[in-house]
Amino acid sequence: MADASYPEDLLYHPEHDWARVEGDEATFGITWYAQDTLGELVFFDAPDLGSQVSKDTAYMEVESVKAVSDVFAPLSGEIVAVNGALSEKPETVNEDPYGEGWFIKVKLADPSETESLLDAAAYAASLE
Amino acid sequence: MTPVAETLRRTPLYQRHEAAGARLVPFAGWEMPVQYAGIREEHLAVRRTAGVFDVSHMGQIETKGPQVLALLQRLLSNEVRRIPEGGAQYSVLCREDGGVLDDVFTYRLADCHFLTVTNAANHDRDLAWFRSHAADFNVDVIDRQADFAMLAVQGPRARALVESLADGRLPARMHCCQRTVAGLPMLVCGTGYTGEDGLELLLDPEASPAVWDALVASGAAPVGLGARDTLRLEVCFHLYGNDLSEDRGPIEAGLGWCCSEATGFIGSEAVASVRAAGPAEKLVGFVIDGPGIARPGNAVLGGGEVTSGTFSPCLERGIGMAYVSAQRAVAGTRIEIDVRGTVRSATIERKPLYRKEA
Repeated sequence: MADASYPEDLLYHPEHDWARVEGDEATFGITWYAQDTLGELVFFDAPDLGSQVSKDTAYMEVESVKAVSDVFAPLSGEIVAVNGALSEKPETVNEDPYGEGWFIKVKLADPSETESLLDAAAYAASLE
Repeated sequence: MTPVAETLRRTPLYQRHEAAGARLVPFAGWEMPVQYAGIREEHLAVRRTAGVFDVSHMGQIETKGPQVLALLQRLLSNEVRRIPEGGAQYSVLCREDGGVLDDVFTYRLADCHFLTVTNAANHDRDLAWFRSHAADFNVDVIDRQADFAMLAVQGPRARALVESLADGRLPARMHCCQRTVAGLPMLVCGTGYTGEDGLELLLDPEASPAVWDALVASGAAPVGLGARDTLRLEVCFHLYGNDLSEDRGPIEAGLGWCCSEATGFIGSEAVASVRAAGPAEKLVGFVIDGPGIARPGNAVLGGGEVTSGTFSPCLERGIGMAYVSAQRAVAGTRIEIDVRGTVRSATIERKPLYRKEA
């Protein structure tokens, strides 16, 4: 498992989700802290392409051996891609939470929502 | 991080767990390791080689005296007189109405001297139950929870591993004896909660870190409560509070084999009448047919409830146990489970769900 890290180029939601914003699209995933707290993921039930996600609202669940956990959307928009590879290898999220372990890509409904998210330093401080 | 309340009790191995990088969680009033390297990896270590668990949260009640057999036969569902000296037996404690107060292992240390191992969450209630019934008998009931650390060494290599540190032969399965392991005296028991061969060690708490170190140095992987749960569920061992409760009797739980109603134990009349009439519901083991993991509390469509559910590292599927109507409680029956709004089909399987390859 990777060491704890919170990349500077991402934005963070207090429910332990990250967003990589590129123009009017963003990629979502869960933070190192979230995957470490859950333990090894064993089940990933991918959401549907084209469905809408709302900021601060759960859009899917992930499961470790021990527990199920909601995954919250850090921003609102329409799902334009899902990481289908995770259905076969959910443990990728533990191995590479900010890379191969991404969850979905979203076409943002309101890019100004990013203003309410945390930067890496603020998110890391919230875990202290 | 949520701060852990100051009032949680710590086992004598707490610092070992911290040093091994364990995630510590509150469990039945104790701060216990739920995992070290990861639940799946720890689970497979126990199935393939050997693991060591700190189960020092479990309670012990010592009973001794001329009428101890008569007292225990009132309290315990199994036929206590059949335990040989140096033997072990599983049983349940029932209320008058047959509701299960706890499930316990009892070791016969000598003719009129027994040690009963309780679940941590039930220990105080069990102790009060023992004492309230002991008044009529010439028996000493002694709370020994603080006097014992308890380690479980489990897995196909567990016996050889402990033997390499012991001063003599180890007890057979369902037996116990006093031994020196890693130079320290203890009660060694041929019991466990994983479906693997293995031993449980009851010893002086102060000596336990040195024994833990010796076991780990000999190749036992530290294993937490997370894998303890997945291991026991693969072989359908009951977890009190999930699969057993005061609202359920031993017959519906599939524990009729450890109830000997002819002995007249407390609750035996209620148990006998359920056995004669047949229970309305029975506890079954199931395997989810496709993806998904059922969890405790999920409803079984058409009546019933999941009481234990997890991901099986050996079967690589969602597995669990559920109470369903007796008519449906047959291996091969399809059931549907409402997993947080998604209906997932599962098949009732014979217990245990996991069997060792021959």
